[in-house]
Amino acid sequence: MASGIRDKVAILGMGCSRFGERWDANAEDLMVEAYTEALADAGIETGDIDAAWLATALDEQHVGKSAVPVATALRLPYIPATRVENYCASGTESFRGAVYAVAAGACDIALAIGVEKLKDTGYGGLPQRARGTVNDLFWPNVSAPGSFAQLASAYASKHRMNKADLKRAMGHVSVKSHDNGLLNPKAHLQRKIDIDMVLNAAIVAEPLGLFDCCGVSDGSACAIVTTPEIARSLGKNDLVMVKALQLSVSNGRELQYNDWDGSYFHTTRVAAERAYKEAGIKDPRNQLSMIEVHDCFSVTELVTMEDLHISGEGRASHDILDGFYDADGQVPCQLDGGLKCFGHPIGATGLRMLYEMYLQMQGRAGARQLKSDPVFGLTHNLGGFPSQNVSSVTIVGREGA
Amino acid sequence: MSVGLLAFGAYLPQLRLQRKSIAAAHGWFEPSLVGLGRGERTMGSWDEDSNTMSVEAGRACLADGDRSRVDGLYIGSTSFPFLDRQNAVLVGEALSLNSDLQTFDLAGSQRAGTSALLAALKGAAAGEQGLVIGSDKRRTKAASAAEMTYGDGAAAVLVGEGDVVAELLGSHTRSIDFIDHFRTQESEFDYQWEARWIRDEGLMKIVPDAVNALLHTSGIDAQDIDHVCCPIGTASEQKLLAQKLGIKAEALQDSLQNNCGNTGAAHALLMLVGALEVASPGELIMLLGFGQGCDVLLFRATGALAKLPARTGLKAALANRRGEANYFKYLTFNGLITMEHGLRAETDKNTGLSTAYRNRGLTTGFVGGKCSACGTAQIPAAPICVNPHCGSVGTQVPHPFADTSAVLNSYTSDRLTYSMNPPAWYGMIQFAQGGRIMIDFADVAPEQGLQVGMSMRMVFRVRDYDHKRGFRRYYWKAAPIYAASGE
Repeated sequence: MASGIRDKVAILGMGCSRFGERWDANAEDLMVEAYTEALADAGIETGDIDAAWLATALDEQHVGKSAVPVATALRLPYIPATRVENYCASGTESFRGAVYAVAAGACDIALAIGVEKLKDTGYGGLPQRARGTVNDLFWPNVSAPGSFAQLASAYASKHRMNKADLKRAMGHVSVKSHDNGLLNPKAHLQRKIDIDMVLNAAIVAEPLGLFDCCGVSDGSACAIVTTPEIARSLGKNDLVMVKALQLSVSNGRELQYNDWDGSYFHTTRVAAERAYKEAGIKDPRNQLSMIEVHDCFSVTELVTMEDLHISGEGRASHDILDGFYDADGQVPCQLDGGLKCFGHPIGATGLRMLYEMYLQMQGRAGARQLKSDPVFGLTHNLGGFPSQNVSSVTIVGREGA
Repeated sequence: MSVGLLAFGAYLPQLRLQRKSIAAAHGWFEPSLVGLGRGERTMGSWDEDSNTMSVEAGRACLADGDRSRVDGLYIGSTSFPFLDRQNAVLVGEALSLNSDLQTFDLAGSQRAGTSALLAALKGAAAGEQGLVIGSDKRRTKAASAAEMTYGDGAAAVLVGEGDVVAELLGSHTRSIDFIDHFRTQESEFDYQWEARWIRDEGLMKIVPDAVNALLHTSGIDAQDIDHVCCPIGTASEQKLLAQKLGIKAEALQDSLQNNCGNTGAAHALLMLVGALEVASPGELIMLLGFGQGCDVLLFRATGALAKLPARTGLKAALANRRGEANYFKYLTFNGLITMEHGLRAETDKNTGLSTAYRNRGLTTGFVGGKCSACGTAQIPAAPICVNPHCGSVGTQVPHPFADTSAVLNSYTSDRLTYSMNPPAWYGMIQFAQGGRIMIDFADVAPEQGLQVGMSMRMVFRVRDYDHKRGFRRYYWKAAPIYAASGE
């Protein structure tokens, strides 16, 4: 019987580039920016790394296929390197590869790095690309906001919620993330907004307006992981440990079988339940110190609060408006600004979330450092569409927690 | 056994371009258009062409009838999207007709619709059942009279032996190379000659010759004809024609100029559908087709007409309307103005023909699967049943979804994704019989929007235009069913 990943792997070092419209940088430059920070943080050299995983989702926009771009950019010494892609959850997939390799004993030290260079398309928003020769014959002409916007119509209908009330709760999600992003010098968007700006912004995909959508950014983030024993031998104390690493992937049931109402993520619920079990968390609402969720759109964050079993069903908007998820709330969410303001360079995003957990646990989060010492941090990295997606839940925490 | 018409149906695009909007745009340039700037014309959406309209008219005609009995499909049009790839075969597959089917694209003349009907009637005499469709969506130059007077639409009749709703009494055709207008491979638009000449030498000479020939052989008196479907000429010209022929003026069917426009090769059949909706048993219906000669057909309505189940005919097609006052939308939909479509429009729409062939049951027929082990309907069909309590392998049998009602589960209107008609509406629908799909929507009334739980129906539309290669691919979309149609 599998015992899970809990406490088998420690984070040795992390790095993250500045996110944003990086007209100055190629994807390779961004990777090196994140990597050199992580390497210095870990206190090791490139030759100490046994294997690497690269995450990119839209490789056609920048580095192209395979792991050769990362091996070349970082001058990795002919070690095993693998490129992974799983929609917008790709970053967490690279982390999973590295963590599992260490846990399996196949590597002592492994690298996970994610990068995306999205701002070379010539237009705003995510790149519009073909979706496969068969899918192109019958998939609707969806954009990311249009796909996630449908959560709102289904959620409002299910909970008999006034659309305006839902829009206001979604608006608070964005206002809160902008407040947090102001304190993050690496964030793409550093601008204070208010609820009226959110409510009055141009509609992108009904009911999502401009401020309900996350930034489309260039950036890279990276993690170096090892065993707790090796970490200690390298002089590290107060280790940040991997407590759970779960992934759930849609199998067509939401899309084709008539038992999903379109208002939530079935995969997130499954992954969260497995992650809490793996980490030994019984009461997430009271045990989690902070969370970073995949707030690609405000409504995604709203329903995810319920899917992670932190807010009860139909209660997310109340918790949000009560400030439960604000920086000074009980479970702060998106302390670094989230996808909304830190930005969303796809392959980097899952690792960027862990970067914030890691900084907070080490007390290195600067102006946005939590007052109380965090014990458990959860990241939720999602990819795809509400009806067919990849959802990952990662929990990190203190040694012994 | 009698040979004649077994059923009928019609389709008109929902949008009705207000002619005064055309006059307002072009009156300064061509003052004669101001006088034509009354009423409205049908206006196909960006994703409608003669093939999609043929499918909708065919569906209206076949309704709940037995589609496996159709032996031939005859389509008349002068705006077939494909020159070498038979359009009728595509339409036949979209209608889920038997593939043991004779198919014909009949083109090249405004008479194509009536000629298609004549060909099918010959087959009917030999015991075959034929579906005849006329469909046209003709491109016109901006500020032309044609732009004002044409319309987009399709009509269909089912032809065969047996319990016919209208019996064929006779027909006559005269073929004369009278070129009132033409369009060639080298020309994008119709080239039109003077209307007065067309009236004097065409309508008033070629048509009477053909009609009199038929009346003579069939021994019918012109005065006894109750309904005349004349798809050309103005109302006053048609009155002159009736006078010359000795036909009662009140027998002239409304030529739909005020509320539809001339639908080209579809128009004679469209007017025939209108006549069948008002005809009483025993009444005589004369159908004319004009273009490089003249087709004349004479029918007698039978008692079976009243027993035909309710269907979408001309009345319902006319009633399903939404006024469009924005002439620029017409120009945009028809590619008559150079619009900035943006970089998102540059996505390559290349179609793998082998991929499309292999998947055409889904894309053309909207056929999914039903698990023979657990009964779960699902679309697309898949090798392994989607029911989590079943999961049987290789148990799915083809299951049609095109004519199944559905309800709306979730939706959005998207202003980011590229659309020829923004915002793009799409979402998830769920079928009453089981199964669901995420799909593009059509014919959403912006002022009415959508509500979760409302009823939706499937419509056949163009999915993508591949301008690089001149290809277009088709698929089904979901259209809302609003409680009350019209404005």
